[in-house]
Amino acid sequence: MKRIFIIILFLILPTKAFALIEVDITRGNLNPLPIAVSPLSIDENSRQNFEKILKKKNIGIEISAVVEKNLKTSGLFNPLNKDAFLQEPDIANLKPRFEDWNLIKAQALITGNVNFIDDKLRVEFRLWDVLAGKEMMALAFTTVPNNWRRVGHIITDKVYERLTGEKGYFDTRIIYVAEEGPKTRRIKKLAIMDQDGENNKFLTLGNELVLTPRFNPTSQMVTYLSYFRNLPRVYLLDIETGMQEVVGDFPGMTFAPRFSPDGKKIIMSFAKDGNSDIYTMDLENRIVEKITNHPSIDTSPSYSPDGKYICFNSDRSGYQQIYIMKKDGSNVKRISFGRGLYGTPVWSPRGDLIAFTKLHKGKFYIGVMRTDGSGERLLTENFYQEAPSWSPNGRVLIFYRETKTNDKGEGFSAKLWSIDLTGYNERLVTTPTDASDPSWSSLLSN
Amino acid sequence: MKHLISCEKVRIRNIDQGAIMKLNKILKNAFLITVACLALSACATSKKSTGQMQGDVYTGTDTVEYLASGVPDRVFFATNESVLTTASRETLRKQAAWLRKNSDITIVLEGHADERGTREYNLALGERRANAAKDYLMTYGISSNRISVLSYGKERPVDSGSNPLAWSKNRRSVSVKAN
Repeated sequence: MKRIFIIILFLILPTKAFALIEVDITRGNLNPLPIAVSPLSIDENSRQNFEKILKKKNIGIEISAVVEKNLKTSGLFNPLNKDAFLQEPDIANLKPRFEDWNLIKAQALITGNVNFIDDKLRVEFRLWDVLAGKEMMALAFTTVPNNWRRVGHIITDKVYERLTGEKGYFDTRIIYVAEEGPKTRRIKKLAIMDQDGENNKFLTLGNELVLTPRFNPTSQMVTYLSYFRNLPRVYLLDIETGMQEVVGDFPGMTFAPRFSPDGKKIIMSFAKDGNSDIYTMDLENRIVEKITNHPSIDTSPSYSPDGKYICFNSDRSGYQQIYIMKKDGSNVKRISFGRGLYGTPVWSPRGDLIAFTKLHKGKFYIGVMRTDGSGERLLTENFYQEAPSWSPNGRVLIFYRETKTNDKGEGFSAKLWSIDLTGYNERLVTTPTDASDPSWSSLLSN
Repeated sequence: MKHLISCEKVRIRNIDQGAIMKLNKILKNAFLITVACLALSACATSKKSTGQMQGDVYTGTDTVEYLASGVPDRVFFATNESVLTTASRETLRKQAAWLRKNSDITIVLEGHADERGTREYNLALGERRANAAKDYLMTYGISSNRISVLSYGKERPVDSGSNPLAWSKNRRSVSVKAN
């Protein structure tokens, strides 16, 4: 995919010190902020041009719909019904009549317009504080028309950041494993889509089994496990060029790969003679290092965001538990001590939490704990679910969930779900096929 | 790249969620009652229902195939275990005898886990199980270069049921002729 080319044209001084509205992000969606997303206005000439190129009747309305859906999905905002809007979009963008917006209980308002200039899409938007009667933010983006959805995502990121004080996660993608066919002969393909489920694309054909894809920090490379020629090995895929290569030259199965936070290394497990240990390989000089050396199963490694520590999964105590160690493998320390089995630890991008899968009394949980193992919090319970992956701002987790079959083996499905760190706002992420092993990209633009 | 996917209307999920939770509660209660009923009836029939399992190791023959007459192709494991049972060792001794007689044959040991574990751990567990079988074959004189190991983790169950019996059939190491 073409790298996006976005120029921030101008930035009108935001009124910061005395903005009255802000979103409380510490308590989930108990009180989502009422926000009015006025459709982006568009002149007739621009509308016709975009209709020809994008086959969309009114691209202004479409872009605001992207913003609105994003805000709604976050659980922190309550986009208001457009039927109640009193002011026309073009006039609202010039100067909102705050009394009208106040009347429908909007606390924030997004307005804007779309123009066709030199074959490009130019989108301007403004964020207003309705109660204070003030403009909070105004930005304009110029890009190729095909990038219109991304403009919607970037607008959402800007609004989210302005109102919550945290970076957004909307201009991002999810890589996952698309699944089809009976459980005993499942066909699996790598697939990629926008965070909101749009622009789904398959990256492999399904000829060989593929598992556990993970993005690198720039989200242009993916590391995953492929059973190509019945040799399960960790691979590296360049999303833009489609080039694939095996990582390292191991005489056995390599699996559970992830990138280091600087993107220079891949950390993974290598299984030989019934023993799995953790290794790293430097992608530049190809030097392989053995990190753990223990007769137990050591797997699912994940770096801390500063690259100094690694959390991983080991059964050295007899059962699956979570451990952390220094990046060179020293100072191994068990951190999970609750009841049950713990797996798939993933370090939060903020650095303060580790997300995990827990199995206890026949139920599976997605939870988080602090990096010393304290403060364990279970977010969701189900028949089967695992493999959480963090949104780049460390606010939302995406994971997959499988359903129980009946005694004939019917009724199986695998789907992606997301949940807020607070345990609120659990949502099905729609995919064209069954899906598992999701991995969230970094923010594509900043 | 074309963007042919049209925009979806926003779903309002918060409203149904209460209803779903209520439904869950009803289902849960119904489930508890069913479990209680089953538990009561299980007392009477417990011997029958575990006829194909000892502990939680599968002892039946439903899924077993044969490498040659009288030589079963697979062995089964307890949950989270890779220890060979007495029955498994007997099966592997038969395989070893057959492999000694047919010295040109090479095999792949395919190790599997049930669906009740995380994917990555299960890959390692499948490898450990297949290696337990490999080690045993080697102690009966089969050279390691005739045996390769391939773990499928939980990716290739033989029984797609979500119940203890189905899971016991799926925790296995299968010897497959490679040539």
